[in-house]
Amino acid sequence: MTEMVLTGPKQTLFTEQLRLALDKWIAKYPRGRAQSAVIPCLHILQEANGGWLSRAIMDALAEYLSISSISVYEVATFYSMFELEPVGKHKISLCTNISCMLCGSEEILEHLQQRLAIKPGETTADGLFTLKEVECLGACVGAPMLLMDKQYHEYLTKEKIDALIDEVQS
Amino acid sequence: MVNIEIDGIPLKVDSSKMIIQAADEAGIDIPRFCYHKKLSIAANCRMCLVEVDKSRKALPACATPVTEGMKVFTHSKVAINAQRSVMEFLLINHPLDCPICDQGGECELQDLSMGYGEGVSRFTEGKRVVKDKDIGPLIRTDMTRCIHCTRCVRFGVEIAGVKELGATGRGEHMEIGTYVEHSLVSELSGNIIDLCPVGALTSKPFRYKARAWEMKAHPSIAPHDAIGSNIELHVRQNDVMRVVPRDNESINEAWLSDRDRFSYQALAHPKRLTDPMIKVDDDWQVVDWQTALETAIKGLQTIINKHGAEEVGGLISPTTTLEEAFLFQKWLRGLGVENIDHRLRQQDFSDHPQQYPLDNWTLGDVQESDAIVLIGSHIRAEQPILAHRIRQAAMMGAAVSNINFFLTDLLMPIEYEMAVDINTMLTTLAGIAKVLSTLMNDSDNDDEWQALYPERTPTAFEQNVAMQLSNAASATLIVGDLANHHPDAAKIRALVHKIAELSGSRCIVVPSANSHAHVIANTLPGKEAKNSLQMWQQSLRAYVLMGFDALHDTAVPVIAKQALKRASFVVALHSFDSEFLRQTADVILPMACFTETSGTFVGIDKQWQQFAGAVAPRGDSRPAWKILRVLGNVSHVEGFDYISSQDVVDEVRQIQAERHDKPIPPYIPDSLTVESDLMMISEVPMYRTDALLRHSEALQKTPETQRIQFARINRKEAEKHGLNHQTPLTLTQQDSVVRLPLEIDDSIADGCVYVATTTDAASRLVSLFGQVSVSQSEAAT
Repeated sequence: MTEMVLTGPKQTLFTEQLRLALDKWIAKYPRGRAQSAVIPCLHILQEANGGWLSRAIMDALAEYLSISSISVYEVATFYSMFELEPVGKHKISLCTNISCMLCGSEEILEHLQQRLAIKPGETTADGLFTLKEVECLGACVGAPMLLMDKQYHEYLTKEKIDALIDEVQS
Repeated sequence: MVNIEIDGIPLKVDSSKMIIQAADEAGIDIPRFCYHKKLSIAANCRMCLVEVDKSRKALPACATPVTEGMKVFTHSKVAINAQRSVMEFLLINHPLDCPICDQGGECELQDLSMGYGEGVSRFTEGKRVVKDKDIGPLIRTDMTRCIHCTRCVRFGVEIAGVKELGATGRGEHMEIGTYVEHSLVSELSGNIIDLCPVGALTSKPFRYKARAWEMKAHPSIAPHDAIGSNIELHVRQNDVMRVVPRDNESINEAWLSDRDRFSYQALAHPKRLTDPMIKVDDDWQVVDWQTALETAIKGLQTIINKHGAEEVGGLISPTTTLEEAFLFQKWLRGLGVENIDHRLRQQDFSDHPQQYPLDNWTLGDVQESDAIVLIGSHIRAEQPILAHRIRQAAMMGAAVSNINFFLTDLLMPIEYEMAVDINTMLTTLAGIAKVLSTLMNDSDNDDEWQALYPERTPTAFEQNVAMQLSNAASATLIVGDLANHHPDAAKIRALVHKIAELSGSRCIVVPSANSHAHVIANTLPGKEAKNSLQMWQQSLRAYVLMGFDALHDTAVPVIAKQALKRASFVVALHSFDSEFLRQTADVILPMACFTETSGTFVGIDKQWQQFAGAVAPRGDSRPAWKILRVLGNVSHVEGFDYISSQDVVDEVRQIQAERHDKPIPPYIPDSLTVESDLMMISEVPMYRTDALLRHSEALQKTPETQRIQFARINRKEAEKHGLNHQTPLTLTQQDSVVRLPLEIDDSIADGCVYVATTTDAASRLVSLFGQVSVSQSEAAT
C-alpha cells in the first residue's frame, strides 16, 4: 500500500506518484473545475488504499481539489463502487437487479452466502472476500452475473461460483 | 419581451424568465417546494408541473423558459393530475407528524397537501426513517421530514458561500446532512430555517415554544449592526417568541444574520432590569420612578453646582435609537453638560469632526462595484449582510482585496490579501496612495501628502491594489471596526479617504450600529468638551451611562472601571443587571429593549427606518425616550413636551434641515510612524457586540463564541517569544496581567496577538489594541 500524506499544504498531500495520477485527470477539465475530476480521483485513491476510502482521504482530496468535503462525501456515498469501510482482498459484487433476478440471481446469492458464510455487506473472517449486492452492471445479456474485482463473470451457476472461489482460495 | 398566456390571462414578460417567475409577477399561484426566487433552479421537486400548450406532458414551471405565444394552464386537468401525483410521491416517505412538528401551521408541504393531497394514503409499505443530525445550537434537524428540495444545500453554495450541507447516499438512502457531524459555521445559517419548506430544519431555541397561529407579526428593525435588517417579531401575548426576516430588496433582501435572528432570546433573560433602583448606603432599594428620577437629577445637579457641568460625562451606546440619542444630548446639554459621546470603542479622535459622508449610496451599490478593498475589517463578523453583498459582487467578477490584522476565510474569491501590523498597514496604504498619485499626476499640488508617502519603491501588493482601484469603473473601499477601533484609526481613515479621492472610489467607514443616527442627533462632544476616551482617562465626578456595559463596550476597560469607581455619582440607564453595574452606579433606570420601544434607525446607507414597539416593556422598565423626556421635565429643561417619539423625529428633521455644516478640510496626519512592538488585536466577537447579544443563550453556545477565550499568535511570533500552545499565555499591559489559553494561528499578522474583547480577561486590560508583553510562566495570576 502506498503511504499517503493526508494533512498539510496542498502541494504535499498524497505521494508524488499519486499526485501525478490525480493531476492527469484534473487537467482534463477547465481551470477552476477540478470538482469534475472527483470520480476518477476517488478511484485512484481507493485503489491505492487497499480498496476503500477513509474520511481522511476524502477530506484530503477535497482540499486537493479546492472543494468542500461534503462535495466529496456526496459522490463517494452515491456510487456503490466506492467503499467507505475496509473490504476484503477480493470484492464480489453480485447483481440482483431485475434481469439477473429473473435468471436466478437469488439462488446464486444464497449459494455465495453459504459458501463464504457471510451476508451481503460483510467480509469473510480471513479477509479474502467481501460480498455485495449491487444494482444493474449493464451485462443483462449474460445474466446472472457478478463482478469480482475488475472482472465480469456471466451465466453464473453454483458450479461456476465454486470454481471461482476455489481458484482464489488456492 | 414575449407574449404569453397563463390561465387565459395575456402577459408580456421578459424572455429570460421562467414560467413560474412570470406567474409570480402576475400573482398567479403555482405550487412549489424547491424553487426559490433567490436561489438557482434545481427543478427536483416537480411540484410546479403545469400544462403547456403543444407539449406532450406537463412541464416544470420553474425550469421552463417562456417563449412567444406560449399558453400555460396551471389548473387544467393535466396540471392538477401531475401535481397530485407529485404530492402523493412526496408524501410517501413523509412522516405526517404535523401535530408534533414545529412547522405545523406554516408548512408549505402541509398547505399544499391540503390543496393537492389525497385524504387517504395508498402507500402501505414502511416509511423510511433518517437519523437527526446535530448541526449546532441554532438549528434543529428532523431529517425524516425532509423532502429533498435541496434549498438548504443551494443556500450554502450560493449565498453563504460555504457548502456544509449536502445530499449523501442515493435513491431511498439519500439524506441531507453534513455527513460528518459539526456545527454550521455560516453567520447566515439561520436562513435555512426559513428556506426549508417542511419541518426538517427548524429553529432550535424556538422549538416547541409556540404555534404559528398563536403569534402576531410586528415589523421592526434589527439593532445589532449598521445594516438595519428588516425583521418581523413574532409575538405571543407579551413575549417575542422568534424573529424572522422581512423582505427588503434594498437592505437585507430576504436574508437575516444569525445575530439578528437569535438575539431576541435575551429579551426574557433573568438579568433584565425591571425596576428603578437607587443606592442608599451601599444598599440597593427598589423605588418608584419619581423617586429614582429625582434622585438622579438631584445627584447630577449637586455635582454641577459644586464642580461645574464639565465634571459630568454622558456616554450612550450606538445601538440606541435616534430619538433616544437626541433626547439624551438635549437633556444633558440643557443641564450644561457638553461631555457627550457615543463612540465608545473609538480611541483616535484626531480627525473629529470629519464624518466621511456618503450620500446617495445604497447597499445594492456594493454589488455593482467591480473592485472592493477591505481595510481592517472582519466583514463577515462585523456586518454579515454587507459581507453577503460583497460576496455577490465577487461572484460576479469583482476583484476583492483584503488588508487586515488577521486573515480569515471570507468565503469568496480574494484577489490580494495581506495580514499586517499597524505600521505595515499604514505604509501599505500610503504606498497605494503613492502609486495612485503618480498615476494621476497629482504629485505637484499635494506636498503635505507627498511627505507622508514611503520613499521606497511601491511593493507589488501596493501596485496591484492601486491598479485594481484605478482600473475599476466603480470601486469601493471599506474601513471596518478593527481599523476604526485602533488607536491610530484616524491615520487609516485619512489614508483610505485619500486613496478613494485619488482613484475616484467610494470610501465607506462602517459605522457601528446606529451611529449615523447618533451623528445626526449630535451625541458628540461640544466644543472644548471631552470625547469618550478623555471622559474615562480624566476621571470625572459624575457619569450618565446609557445602554452599555463599561467593562465590555469601551476601549479602556480598566480605566473606565477605575473612573466609575472613583466617581461620586453615576446614573445608569440599562436593560441588563450586572454585579459591576451595582458596584458602580448610584441610580439604575431600567430601559426597554428595541422590541419594546418605538424609534428610528439610520443605517450605513443613511436610510431612516422607523419602527414601533411590539411588546410592553418588561416589568416596570420604560422606553428610554420616555425616561429621557421625564428627566428633561424633572430637570426643568425646556422643550421636552413630546407626546410621541414621532415628535422627536420631527424636531430632529427640522434641525437637520436648518443645519448647514461647513465643509471640513480633510484631516492629514502629521506622520505615519507608529511605535509598535507587540500589538493586541482586540476584535469584538460577532455574538458579543452589545448587551443584548451577550445575554442571548443560543448565540453564546456557538463555536464562534466558544473560541474567543483563546489568545492567538502566529508561529513566527510564538518562536520569537518562546511560546508554546500547551501553557497558558500571560499578557501584561502596564499593571494589568491576564492569563489566557494560547492557540498558534498563522492567520494572525506578525507583531500581533489576537485577544477577543468582551471576555472577563479582556475586561481586565488597560486599553484595547494596546501594546502588550507576553510570557509563559506558571507563577503568574
